[in-house]
Amino acid sequence: MAEEGEKKAEESRRVHTYPLVRYSDMNEEMRTEAMELCVTACEKFASNNESAARMIKDSMDKKFGPAWHAVVGEGYGFEITHELKNLMYMFFGGNMAIILWKCA
Amino acid sequence: MPNPKPAAAASKPKPPTQAARASRRRDSETGSHSVMDFGEDMFGGGKAQKPDDQLQLTDQELKEEFTRILTANNPHAPQNIVRYSFKDRQYKPIPQVDQLAVHFVMEGNLIHRESDEAKKQLEKKSGDAAREPIDEAAEASEGEAPPKEEGDEDAPAPAASGKKLTNQFNFCERATQTYNNPLRERENQTEPPPRVNFSQTANQWIIFDAYQADFEKNQEKGKEKKGGGAGKGAEEKARKRLTVMDTQADDLAKIEHAVKMLERMVNQNSFDEIAQDFKYWEDPSDEFRDQQGTLLPLWKFGYEKARKLAVTSITWSPKYHDLFAIAYGSYDFMKQTRGLLCFYSLKNPSHPEYVFETDSAVLTAALHPEYPHMLCAGLYDGSVAVYSAVQKKRGPLYQSSARTGKHTDPVWQVCWAKDDLDNNMNFYSTSSDGRVTSWTLIKNDLVSQDVIKLELEGGPVEGPDGIKLENLASGTTFDFHREASHLFLVGTEEGKVFKCSTAYSSQYLQTYDAHHMAVYKVTWNPFHPSIFMTCSADWTVKIWDHNKTEPVFVFDLNSPVGDAAWSPYSSTVFAAVTADGKVHVFDLNINKYEALCEQVVAQKKKAKLTHIDFNPKHPILIVGDDRGHISSLKLSPNLRKLPKEKKGAAQPGPQAQVEKLDKILTMVG
Repeated sequence: MAEEGEKKAEESRRVHTYPLVRYSDMNEEMRTEAMELCVTACEKFASNNESAARMIKDSMDKKFGPAWHAVVGEGYGFEITHELKNLMYMFFGGNMAIILWKCA
Repeated sequence: MPNPKPAAAASKPKPPTQAARASRRRDSETGSHSVMDFGEDMFGGGKAQKPDDQLQLTDQELKEEFTRILTANNPHAPQNIVRYSFKDRQYKPIPQVDQLAVHFVMEGNLIHRESDEAKKQLEKKSGDAAREPIDEAAEASEGEAPPKEEGDEDAPAPAASGKKLTNQFNFCERATQTYNNPLRERENQTEPPPRVNFSQTANQWIIFDAYQADFEKNQEKGKEKKGGGAGKGAEEKARKRLTVMDTQADDLAKIEHAVKMLERMVNQNSFDEIAQDFKYWEDPSDEFRDQQGTLLPLWKFGYEKARKLAVTSITWSPKYHDLFAIAYGSYDFMKQTRGLLCFYSLKNPSHPEYVFETDSAVLTAALHPEYPHMLCAGLYDGSVAVYSAVQKKRGPLYQSSARTGKHTDPVWQVCWAKDDLDNNMNFYSTSSDGRVTSWTLIKNDLVSQDVIKLELEGGPVEGPDGIKLENLASGTTFDFHREASHLFLVGTEEGKVFKCSTAYSSQYLQTYDAHHMAVYKVTWNPFHPSIFMTCSADWTVKIWDHNKTEPVFVFDLNSPVGDAAWSPYSSTVFAAVTADGKVHVFDLNINKYEALCEQVVAQKKKAKLTHIDFNPKHPILIVGDDRGHISSLKLSPNLRKLPKEKKGAAQPGPQAQVEKLDKILTMVG
């Protein structure tokens, strides 16, 4: 019994690093692309959130038209206004939260 | 005075005379004019008018003469003027002295007609008429204004206008203004893309919890999948396929029902009169006719694709009394065409309810009495096919092939039989190849079994090379007995009718030498068990008792009889159609020798009527011709008289009908 509990705790302590889309109202295609982009950016600039955010923003501007905004960080609160079907809020790497939205 | 004379003598002749002449001339000019004017005035007045201040002189004084010599010399002129002459360097007297003395000068307002000024004024007055010559003159006098005319062709005017005196106060100004298009303003504002607020907080423990929850969820899912994976997968697949099917279905399918309803409503409106006739009209003239009746044409049915095809079969639906199936094909051996199977409803004469197309002409069709949507058809190519009115598939549900023993000649009639012991549907067919075949629908196959071969007397014929050729009759029509289900009659192209039983496949129960030409229809009486009727191309309709070899009744209709049908409401009423476009309706109970009604109903001249059938419930007939026209006809009251109930006759039901016919038969036989 004790062993089992320990095992469970151990399991829970395990760090998950996969990208987890917390909330998104994008369509399927866009969401997949945006998610992959975020993953690429965060992996590329693992130690520089600002660069990662800039990369995400610039790429999205190019692909889906201007006025994208991106925030990459470990802890923050936000209240944003976004255009419908253009929002994604995801976690990545177990400690990173990325909010990406469009508002012209 | 004498002094100046010599001085002036030298030059005397010229200046003084000149001056004098000039002065005289001026005097004469002005004077004469004025005198003339005055004179005219005076003479016009008729009296000598005298100014008031004139001297009053007596006649003596007037007659007194004064002598005075007038000289041209001016008495006041100086005569001794000297001037210094630089040439001679001395003073010299000037010989020429002005002798002119002006006493009075007045500018007159009158001009001489020929003076320059007068000419100018005349020119001006003469106006437009004289303008051109003036212009010419102006041009002629180019020398006066050469600089202006050079290189400026538009401006000969200044020269001319210099001569022409323009009236400054008489001018008109002309101007035009172009139309300015009105300016308009239009604005439009688009809706901004919809926006929504979104707020959340992200920190390490929220992220961790989210991952945890998601992970657990995934694990549960994985367990489920392992548990009932296969079944669920299959289910999902099925569902997916269903949705695919749904999306594939045309959008029209959704409104199909509504459209159908609307079409019927439109038809109900446009054929309202016919519908009223169908329901309520009874020919009032029947009361005054003895026995004769009439047929009232009701709806006509047509279908574009069926034009020029012959109607080869008419079958009423056993369940829906407004629905009937029509088979289209061709009876012409030389002109074989495609075929068509159509279901029509009386509620919609404009278009068939269901349509099935076949490659070969359809010669016969039959609806299953218990499953009214099942339709079996016989085709010209010898195959039989089964359709369902509700099928989604385009082609037949079942079709016989060479492998399943199809007929080798056209199939002339098909007829459903009762389901066999295994509850499989089955039907019979007869064909020109001399076979009557039973077909059973087993799963996806048609299984055939020959019931009988229509051998002619004399058995097989010796062919060349010792081959034995079967000598078979061509079956054209057959009918099973209503009660004794094994008993059936087969009509042949040779004119013979065989009574057969399914129990004996090689022997006839009876042979009737019915007709001289092809038998087109054999049909049992629906009430009386031993009576049947045949019709043939030899112009006759015959009614038989199956126990006798001779016909009970013979009717000659003067034209090939395409089809005959017993009425469903009386054992003694039947109708026949002939190739000359007539429908004959008989009631043996009323007239045993002549038709009660003989009416031409063909929609076109020369159209041959091919088939006829009574509606099982309503008093109407359907008639088809060889041009694809279908007409519905209403029987007038005389044609559907039921026997009077005699003194509380026990049963007005089928038994009465049988008795009625029996009575007639005894009268004849």
